[in-house]
Amino acid sequence: MARTSARRLEPVSNGVSRMTTEAGAALPSWVQRYQAVGDALPGADRPWLNARRAEALAAFAASGLPTRRQEAWKYTDLKALASVPFAPAIERATVPAIDRVPTLLTDDEPLARLVFVDGHLRPEWSATAGLPEGVVLADLVTALARHEPLVEHWLGERDGIAGRSMVALNAALMDGGYVIWVPRGTIVDAPIEITLLSGAARGAHTTPLVHHPRILVVIEDGAEATLVEHWAACSDATYFNNVVADVQVGAGARLRHYRIQEESVEAYHVTTLRADLGRDARYEAFSFSTGARLSRLDAEISLTGTGASLGFGGAFLMRGRQHCDTTSVIDHRVPHTACREVFKGTLDGQARGVFQGRIVVHPGADKTDGQQSCRTLLLSDGAEIDAKPELEIYADDVKCSHGATAGQLDANALFFLRSRGLDETTARRLLIEAFLSDALDEISLPALRGRLTERIEGWMREPREDRE
Amino acid sequence: MLEIRNLHARVEGAEILKGLDLTIGPGEVHAVMGPNGSGKSTLSYVLAGRDGYEVTQGEVRFRGRDLLELEPEQRAGEGIFLAFQYPVEIPGVANTTFLRESLNAVRRYRGEPELDAIKFLKLLRERTRKLGIADDMLKRAINVGFSGGEKKRNEILQMALLEPALAVLDETDSGLDVDALRTVADGVNALRAPDRSMLVITHYQRLLHYIVPDVVHVLMGGRIVRSGGSELALEVEEKGYGTYVGEAA
Repeated sequence: MARTSARRLEPVSNGVSRMTTEAGAALPSWVQRYQAVGDALPGADRPWLNARRAEALAAFAASGLPTRRQEAWKYTDLKALASVPFAPAIERATVPAIDRVPTLLTDDEPLARLVFVDGHLRPEWSATAGLPEGVVLADLVTALARHEPLVEHWLGERDGIAGRSMVALNAALMDGGYVIWVPRGTIVDAPIEITLLSGAARGAHTTPLVHHPRILVVIEDGAEATLVEHWAACSDATYFNNVVADVQVGAGARLRHYRIQEESVEAYHVTTLRADLGRDARYEAFSFSTGARLSRLDAEISLTGTGASLGFGGAFLMRGRQHCDTTSVIDHRVPHTACREVFKGTLDGQARGVFQGRIVVHPGADKTDGQQSCRTLLLSDGAEIDAKPELEIYADDVKCSHGATAGQLDANALFFLRSRGLDETTARRLLIEAFLSDALDEISLPALRGRLTERIEGWMREPREDRE
Repeated sequence: MLEIRNLHARVEGAEILKGLDLTIGPGEVHAVMGPNGSGKSTLSYVLAGRDGYEVTQGEVRFRGRDLLELEPEQRAGEGIFLAFQYPVEIPGVANTTFLRESLNAVRRYRGEPELDAIKFLKLLRERTRKLGIADDMLKRAINVGFSGGEKKRNEILQMALLEPALAVLDETDSGLDVDALRTVADGVNALRAPDRSMLVITHYQRLLHYIVPDVVHVLMGGRIVRSGGSELALEVEEKGYGTYVGEAA
């Protein structure tokens, strides 16, 4: 149900409608469809934002969707997106009611949480009252209305759209998302949980939806927060979430950011995560992915303050024809920064994994400590991983290592366990859990670790597919 | 207990066992001695049911059942236990967790009730005390960071918990110094029982000082070429395997 208004017809009412008339021919139909919802976009009455949208749309129109001819997209093909008749999620005035919202934490934890359904905030499921004074936790629309300078400042800080077409697309069409701002010295003890559900609409008339959420996380100097960001689905609908997350961790600040991607197996999910770490900042970014037909985490993390430290890791469990891409560039820009990167994956059926991890040590960034590893377990002959670890070191006194391995379950270990009475399924489960367990060890919330352990067990209980 | 008749087995296309016959009665301890490449490990893997060990002829009956048609875990349930020559390290799986899963799997197979955590720990403590196994070894991942002696003691602990009818000890003496060897042998001897048979596979006679067999067999070229009492082990040690080349049982 499209919202209509007279203002929509004004030629310069916002950046989207102005630009599509010039560049429309090159754009997928669903990008053009945003013309019709222009005024429903967050901040459609803000000239500064419209100008930015227009600029971003021009950039996207010039580049189009990424293609495999680009080195960074060599192994992941988004071509299919162009022809899906997506409708903007925001086009719908109402979203279907839901009767429950999953949580990845224990129910009795005093949570601050935001719940979104198909891109719309559901206030009845959300709660922010328990947060310390001064902390902002809001959906993008509310944040723009109440904290516009903050949003403008941090969006402006990070508008690197050149050469990043998915960021340009999000910058042009950003139609939701959320903002967390923890002011200087404020400690948020309890985890904040953000649940983003998609595929709520069911039935024969379901149109695939597209959504471009923007996430802004600003943890000021000396502040601390823990964020659990959960992407989940109400059905096996086809949809596309093109997420951009901008994260700022100030001097001495600490952010634990757990990103759980359990999208529908028919969904497309791309998250571009851009983070900047100040002096002695600590950022733990963890991703757990079991969902989506095609997913990509594209992380650009910059350690710009001396003593900054990054924990970047996760686990992915894929089967069928799922495709999961983890691409990262970690920039060590100053001396004495550290990064520990640990990814573990299991691929079954015809699933495809991609791991591209680049660590860049800039000139003068001595005493950098960068460790990277990605280990993948291939559970079938049809599963594949493309791994490309890269070190670019322009400083002398550094300690860096990387490694990517792919292999099968250890036949010796499997036989040993079976010879001790464990059936093959149990033996495999035990070995796969053991393989993934040290990735989960990076999680410091016991409740979340427990939920994810259950997820792994559940994943293995599902029937295995025919292997080739 | 165990009857092996005319067993032929291939590994990666090469015939390793070429007509092996062996019968073990209840409560008996048999030793199979043989040089490298004679088929000792192949025999133990065929009995335990490892993939890739293809039986081309012959039969193996265990307590009246056709052993060869069973999966490895079914054989464990039936009472076959293989102590590995090279115990496997499994990072990420706590030894205690594994031991409980293993014992309960075998108990389920045997129609016995599973043990809850408390009963299991009580049993485990009792069995570990006899083997001189420290608590620390139970908390660590399976065999990870264990010394050679600790790994072998861990194997014997598994045997003590699973209470097999037939224990196959595959070169349990390899990599052990005399003290460790004695500890392991004591553990094995403590498990000798009228209804429990053992098949001790070894290259050297040394182990048989500590685990004294009822019957000794010499395995050469995939067949048993000589059988006798425990004194045969001494003869082998003295004369070397070359003596038996060309012999048939």
